[in-house]
Amino acid sequence: MRKRILGVVALSAALVAGAGGLTACGSSDSGSDSKTITYWASNQGSSLQNDKDVLGPELKKFTKQTGIKVKLQVIGWNDLLNKITTATTSGQGPDVVNIGNTWSASLAATGAFVDFDKSHMDKIGGQDKFLATSMSSTGAAGKTTASVPLYGLSYGLFYNKKMFADAGIKNPPASWQELVTDAKKLTKPGGKQYGITLAGASYTENAHFAFIFGQQQGGNFFDKSGKPTFDTPANVKAVQQYTDLISKDKVATPASAEHTTTNDAVEDFTSGKAAMLLGQNNTNTGIEANGMKKSDYAVAPIPILTPLPAGGKKINSHVAGINIAAFKGGNETGAMKFIKFMTSAKEQVILDKAFNALPVTTEAAKDPAFQTPENKMFVDVLANTSAPMPMITDESQFETTVGNAMKDLIAQAATGKTVSAADVKKSLDDAQQKMQSGG
Amino acid sequence: MTATENAVREGRRAGKGSAKTPRRRRVAQNRWLPYLLLAPAIIFELLVHVIPMLTGIGISFLKLNQFFLRNWLEAPFAGLSNYHYAVDVNGSIGKALLWSFVVTIGFTILVVGLSWVLGMFAAVMLQRSFRGRALLRTIFLIPYALPVYAGVIVWKFMLSRDNGMVNHLLAQLHITDGHTFWLIGNNAFASIVVVAVWRLWPFALLTLMAGMQSLPTDVYEAAAVDGAGMWQQFRKLTMPMLRGINQVLILVLFLWTFNDFNVPYTLFSASIPKSADLISIHVYQSSFQNFNFGLGSAMSVLLLLFLLVVTGLYLLFTSRRSRRA
Amino acid sequence: MRESTSFKVIRVVGLTLLTLFTLAPLYVMIVSGLKPLSDVQGAFSWIPSHVTVQPFVDIWHTIPLARYFTNSVIVSLSAAAFSVLIAIFASYAVSRWDFRGKRLFQITVLSTQMFPGILFLLPLYLIFVNIGQATGFALQGSRIGLIITYLTFSLPFSIWMLVSYFDTIPRGLDEAAKVDGAGPMRTLWSVVVPAAKPGIVAVGIYSFMTAWGETLFASVMTNDSSKTLAIGLREYSTQISVYWNQVMAASLVVSVPVVVGFLLLQRYLVQGLTAGAVK
Repeated sequence: MRKRILGVVALSAALVAGAGGLTACGSSDSGSDSKTITYWASNQGSSLQNDKDVLGPELKKFTKQTGIKVKLQVIGWNDLLNKITTATTSGQGPDVVNIGNTWSASLAATGAFVDFDKSHMDKIGGQDKFLATSMSSTGAAGKTTASVPLYGLSYGLFYNKKMFADAGIKNPPASWQELVTDAKKLTKPGGKQYGITLAGASYTENAHFAFIFGQQQGGNFFDKSGKPTFDTPANVKAVQQYTDLISKDKVATPASAEHTTTNDAVEDFTSGKAAMLLGQNNTNTGIEANGMKKSDYAVAPIPILTPLPAGGKKINSHVAGINIAAFKGGNETGAMKFIKFMTSAKEQVILDKAFNALPVTTEAAKDPAFQTPENKMFVDVLANTSAPMPMITDESQFETTVGNAMKDLIAQAATGKTVSAADVKKSLDDAQQKMQSGG
Repeated sequence: MTATENAVREGRRAGKGSAKTPRRRRVAQNRWLPYLLLAPAIIFELLVHVIPMLTGIGISFLKLNQFFLRNWLEAPFAGLSNYHYAVDVNGSIGKALLWSFVVTIGFTILVVGLSWVLGMFAAVMLQRSFRGRALLRTIFLIPYALPVYAGVIVWKFMLSRDNGMVNHLLAQLHITDGHTFWLIGNNAFASIVVVAVWRLWPFALLTLMAGMQSLPTDVYEAAAVDGAGMWQQFRKLTMPMLRGINQVLILVLFLWTFNDFNVPYTLFSASIPKSADLISIHVYQSSFQNFNFGLGSAMSVLLLLFLLVVTGLYLLFTSRRSRRA
Repeated sequence: MRESTSFKVIRVVGLTLLTLFTLAPLYVMIVSGLKPLSDVQGAFSWIPSHVTVQPFVDIWHTIPLARYFTNSVIVSLSAAAFSVLIAIFASYAVSRWDFRGKRLFQITVLSTQMFPGILFLLPLYLIFVNIGQATGFALQGSRIGLIITYLTFSLPFSIWMLVSYFDTIPRGLDEAAKVDGAGPMRTLWSVVVPAAKPGIVAVGIYSFMTAWGETLFASVMTNDSSKTLAIGLREYSTQISVYWNQVMAASLVVSVPVVVGFLLLQRYLVQGLTAGAVK
């Protein structure tokens, strides 16, 4: 019996270790074929099919220009990170892949992606063609990055014009305090209408706002050495700035607490339950897909605390967006040509228009398509009042620990318990402990 | 699908081959035939279950995070530190894991108990022929026929606070004001139990129904002649004869429910409420969302050990009882 | 056989409640599948104010539903067929023979049911990749890889359950076949399998459903061409919107063939031991 067990262990070691050994040399789905590349695109359009429809003609153009065929797969956000992780482990990945830009530092740490050093940057047209803020979301400052920006996104305040008019509010709020006052005016007794709606059960959304408001409050979730400092008074205030909307001020739809995606919040907005919504610029697509007319709503920058507390920064968005990266060991030459193509001014204009995204290069940003007041505003936020999420390898832990802690606080508030500063501090403290011991 | 066809053909050939040999070499057949019959099962079990599991156990001793994903064999040996984090109930990770473990135990006991009771009840009720029996039998199996995602997402839709059918119904019946949260807070636990039972009880029904079909009817007739009532027949005949099937069924329901990932993940996405923080999601977050595969594997191994002990005790207990009976 | 009145009352009340519990979500699915998106997003109503069949048309374009459905059917049917076949062999061996290592086999098979999927998702993926690199036949991303995975997922329970079923079949039947000159394999096919038909059908359904609903492994192990319904259906919920009405409509549409399949298998499920033995 013992012999048999030993045999099993030996066999398993051989099978799995073999995989490890082989992957060390790295290879890719497409093999060494220099005439094809595989591309995993993220879901940007109204459906995966819509993504394919938009990308299809552009990929054909690329093939025409370079003779390189592109095998496209559009992967939903549910699966994208898991698929990249398994591809990284096995070394069997696509040549080019889209990633959420907040994953940049984590994924760069795997060493599975081509580093954009000077020579690689030159192959795709040089670093200078990108907007500086967009570049800031590709990795820690001063380090070589493993991805470059592809689609830009930033936050704005969407508001229902009619509801504003009915409540006698002429202009969108100019300060955060004004937003809260307006939201109170817009909240009607009886639970039919609220000032604002949030995606309170989405840990990513929560973490974004903790970060953004943290910047305004003069807080930092990590110190210079990268150690978590979640429970500072400024960060507690930042979290409260968000949770108070549902807890103290009670101006957010109670259902906000169970919204796991922005889509759910958009439904509150388009069905007239809430007058305001904090969303990224591509939220347009969703709002209109739900049947709300363009003329019925407008967008303004998310107002900032006025006056800013000591050390506070004028930040009302994180540098949101999608980056593009190349796996090592595949058709790297083809991959660089493709990334150059996708980030060229011409393609940027076409793709950003189709996906309601913002250009990530200075040249594309000048295109008339992005000079409408609304687009200009989003571009302005992205270029001037946004900051990148912490570019640390454990960024995802930051999002899961802080975001989930906030989700629990919001749920607590919605189910009738008050959320005090002490509660916030305690849960941030807890999140920090998890963050520290998890690494 | 040529490979599948080949495999089918090969399977058939194997079947025929072994059917002919025994006549010639009866002695050899008796020794080797059982192994031959087991061979396919053993090969697949080794490939898909056993070897990956042994690897998983190995990973639990590594500090495997994103830095070593690509060459994970080179990940530094972590000794028992992953286990230390997991069982240190004073630390935040251990405390959260313990809580999740308690929630999962409560969840599992409720879901298995309710599913079995409903399944047994319906199986007994459907044992005798009456009008509409075939229709009901089909209806009851429908939740099981839906892909998990479809079956669970409709519940998520029904349980939503503002637009859900459940609150709508409760308000119409004047039971509540129709503004109850079912997907967050403590109610989330009740919700996931109901949804899991809804998905699982048809399986208990299916298994028990099939088991009851093989019960000889003449025994029931004899019992009826002796004047045994329905309840008596159930207790004295049905239950003892189903003992073997029940033993397996309950254990399997327990193991699935304990490890279930599909239902909680669909109902709550990655944002699981504290009251319903099931362990499978907990481990998933540690491994895949936080890139800490060593810790995730260590947690899994601990669960595996727990389940092994529980199963061992269960089998010991149930077999002894059945021997005594 | 006489049935007391109280038994009948319990039966009617109990089964009615169970029917309501079972069907309520299905009703919601049907009604929501017939509503336009804006109505589905509003407050729930038992009866749609505008009835539209548009969602049933749109489901085919929003995602490649037909392809996902085909993949699911191929994968689930193959996994179920192989799983049942392999389980029949293994269970026959365990039920009818005493041999060295039997206990070890049973314990190992049982304990595989305890593995949390997360523990072996990554290692299994690595093995598939490795086999692919060694043989040039990629298992990851292919339907074959999924079939192998799923058939193994359902094997432990299938074997275990079939051993129980086989054990309930009187050995006398085996002996009678032996007297008639049948070898062990013929006895299996002509005596044991027919007698255990309800159990085999139940196990087959179980294997099919295991493959039909699995999401975690499918999400990592498939690509565009091999994606199954279980994960494909999630694509109605995108970055932009959740097409609730289409999710509901599609769920209904893809479930109809499975329910019809259940219906067709009914008569095997209820065919008793006696019926099998007579044949």
